[in-house]
Amino acid sequence: MRRLAALLLLLPLAGLAAGGGDYVKLPGGAFRTALKYEDRTGPTRIAPFAMMRTPVSNARFLAFVRTHPEWRRDRVASVMAEPRYLSHWAGPVSLGETARPDQPVVQVSWFAAQAYCEAEGARLPTWDEWEYAAAADETRTDARRDPRWRERILSWYSRPSNAPLQRVGLQAPNAYGVQELHGLVWEWTEDASALMIAEDNRNQGDADNARFCGAGALSMDDRDNYAVLMRVAMLSSLGARDTTANMGFRCAKDLP
Amino acid sequence: MNKLLAIVGLCLLLVCTPAFAAQPPKDSVYALPLPLVDQDGRSFDWRERRGTVQLVSMFYTSCQYICPLIVDSGKAIERQLSATERARLGLLLISMDPARDTPTALRKVATQRKLDTTRWTLARPRPQDVRSIAGLLGIRYRLLEDGEFNHTSALVLLDADGRIIARTERMGSRPDADFMAAVKLALATD
Repeated sequence: MRRLAALLLLLPLAGLAAGGGDYVKLPGGAFRTALKYEDRTGPTRIAPFAMMRTPVSNARFLAFVRTHPEWRRDRVASVMAEPRYLSHWAGPVSLGETARPDQPVVQVSWFAAQAYCEAEGARLPTWDEWEYAAAADETRTDARRDPRWRERILSWYSRPSNAPLQRVGLQAPNAYGVQELHGLVWEWTEDASALMIAEDNRNQGDADNARFCGAGALSMDDRDNYAVLMRVAMLSSLGARDTTANMGFRCAKDLP
Repeated sequence: MNKLLAIVGLCLLLVCTPAFAAQPPKDSVYALPLPLVDQDGRSFDWRERRGTVQLVSMFYTSCQYICPLIVDSGKAIERQLSATERARLGLLLISMDPARDTPTALRKVATQRKLDTTRWTLARPRPQDVRSIAGLLGIRYRLLEDGEFNHTSALVLLDADGRIIARTERMGSRPDADFMAAVKLALATD
């Protein structure tokens, strides 16, 4: 039994090695969302797509900023990034001690994340795609009914957000070969502004604290998927120019 | 010959300087290039509206309920302006449904609602720009399965340089007094 578990753990790694590159292919299909959409009756259809294996790191984002100087923090349009944009970097084009190259980039606005993906010939994942990919644990494509899995996710989220972030690529890949969908940073989705669940908290103070409390405004009967709903509360309370100390992103692509 | 070149150069410099100065300020929404097509099928970029105070909102033509109210709101604001003020204000309604809001569909609304298209522009963006423009204006939306949209509504006031100077989410034929005051002030100062 133990051996079987070990084998199962190895499987996604093998798939990853074979796939190579930074994007992992996900098959798509019918997916049962944890959210309650009044208009959506049947399961959500997810088309096959590719997703970055890990969130975008500081090193990668620095390379982007160097080639797209309009996204430097000292040059960016303020309508597309609030003053805290990349404020933890040592300088406009240098990382420094508080932003190590292999840590996920944070303090990025939706506009900046979108521009990064576009420059790669990619896009941000939709919420549906993100939720679908994030339903998997190391061995199962849908682990959401497992109470231990849910506990694990929640214990990650209960860690204080002022602790230094781990580097990307440290966690074991999920059944699709995707890493760190949980337990590292929050991630932008292309349609973050389509998630209109909480009350509008735009005028409530600091994004890292007050906005987050918007989660309380959610009416949730599905406590089993509390972690997913926390994500939604977070995304639905942010504007496109907002940045936070634990908000990063990864890109996705359509498959031909 | 050299003198001639110098003169030509000087002329170019003089003529071109305003064009080079066209870089919008960092807090201008015109940082986003936004190609649009209006109710007459005319293509333009919203950055061309720079230089005039603008009232901007998002809507879609097949919307039955709130979008007519957005037009009402714009009309109500216009009614409280003098003829001179009115002539200085541009009204731009951007569709969140570019797939269905063809110039013909936009034209139909302009005609039905008796909108003066010398001041009002109904326009559709490229599909890939809808989220960005909504993000700039602080409008949230989701396409529903029946083709309707769930969306927030806002009127956003831009100064001549494209800076957001006021916004209101109150819709209808009675304008938000604070917003109205901001419109008047913008038209008086710009």
